[in-house]
Amino acid sequence: MSPSPGQIPQCPAALAVPLRALPLAPLTLALTAFSRGIARRHPGLFRRLGDYGHTRFVLDPTDLPFVIELEPNGGAPRVRLTRGKGQGAARIAGPLAALLGLVHGAYDGDALFFSRDLVIEGDTSAALALRNAIDDSELDLAQEIARHCGPLQAPLHQLVARLERQSGVSLTRRDEALAW
Amino acid sequence: MVMEIVCPAGTPASLRAAVTAGAHTVYCGFADETNARNFPGLNFDRAEMREGIGFAHAHGARVLVAINTFPRAGDEALWHRAVADAESCGADAVILADLGLLDHAARHHPGLRRHLSVQAAAANADALNFYAESFGVKRVVLPRVLSVPEIAAINAETAVETEVFVFGGLCVMAEGRCSLSSFATGRSPNMNGVCSPASHVAYHDAGGVLDARLGGYTIHRVGKDEPAPYPTLCKGCFSAGEKTGHLFEDPVSLNAEQLIPQLHKAGVTALKIEGRQRSRSYVAQVVRNFRAAVDALEAGKPLPEGMLARLSEGQAMTTGAYRKTWR
Repeated sequence: MSPSPGQIPQCPAALAVPLRALPLAPLTLALTAFSRGIARRHPGLFRRLGDYGHTRFVLDPTDLPFVIELEPNGGAPRVRLTRGKGQGAARIAGPLAALLGLVHGAYDGDALFFSRDLVIEGDTSAALALRNAIDDSELDLAQEIARHCGPLQAPLHQLVARLERQSGVSLTRRDEALAW
Repeated sequence: MVMEIVCPAGTPASLRAAVTAGAHTVYCGFADETNARNFPGLNFDRAEMREGIGFAHAHGARVLVAINTFPRAGDEALWHRAVADAESCGADAVILADLGLLDHAARHHPGLRRHLSVQAAAANADALNFYAESFGVKRVVLPRVLSVPEIAAINAETAVETEVFVFGGLCVMAEGRCSLSSFATGRSPNMNGVCSPASHVAYHDAGGVLDARLGGYTIHRVGKDEPAPYPTLCKGCFSAGEKTGHLFEDPVSLNAEQLIPQLHKAGVTALKIEGRQRSRSYVAQVVRNFRAAVDALEAGKPLPEGMLARLSEGQAMTTGAYRKTWR
């Protein structure tokens, strides 16, 4: 369901402020390894990027104290967390919930753009390619994390479902199997 | 007979979302200049097309392949190959605009059903009948410049099926005859498959004031809490003398949902949703909405209240030319 203006949940300051002290280097390593697992399971995402398979993107969750630099690197992605604006050819900025909602197919990118919940700067063509490639890949980030959790998968899914209900943030792929 | 919902799919995931949500028919294109939504990251390679058509057929839906740009002189082979590949992938029809390509398809692929694209701008019964008699065209997508009575007048004088746009981006020009994008970017939907190509679009956000530039020209400036429009010249906000305003059309989306009973009465066969550049989320929501509307019509029930404003450009909607109230 696409949101009306002002309906995108914001990360509460009580959560965002402590993240300022977070050491970014270990997270950078973990996210790079995580993204490479996604690349192995979803090679079509990187094929669909076409000419932008080596472009550096800045993903800016505006309610968090860092940005994410993503280089698809031809299917062997590199992710770097950094404070400040980050450097890249295209910047896609919005609340974390908007970015997660795009990944999970809960929101429509153009609708978020119309409502000003999403800002695109720099190479618009590259930003569109990334958005379209991610939309087609039908990612489920919770499922991707659960793969690494062994016997804890079931409790993790329960926890994610509860967090999703309470926060209104799309943490799993939207269920499109609701046939007509 | 239930009116047919014809739904866009820019990616295989959108095609599956459309079919699952209840689309009778999906239209899509190859990832090249042969279709009029040639945007980065969109469209289908040959294997994806074959697989997508297989998925649709397995669920009782049809797939139309849009090959609706105009072949460049000397490069016709790209368009000819697209028609041949659409047929071999199992497409239920191709949507064509160019006279030469229609002739080629009729001669070399006589078993492949042919629809006329909105890009051909056929807007009267004589034109429709000419395409049917000359190239065996079975259906024509009408341009978004006709009123409901005009559509009824066309259908009264032709046996060709008609398909009309009911939702999505609104072209204010007769399609196939608009070159506005070319003036600012050198590229057009007719030849390159792109209106306002993303490679020529730049946004600049300064303190919440958003500028949209096309080919270096600022065509919009919206304040902090104002909805943003698409960066198309036809929806641009221009200053002349002491006046500033939208010269051609306000940034709004077409929504003719409430006109479905009148369009049915006017003899329209199929209702087309615009938006191959949109997400699978958009596709699923819009299809469910319109499928519910045509099923309600068929069952003689009142149309359900739509919930599509938030998906619309400028978050505002219009019935376009169907009810003509031009300034």
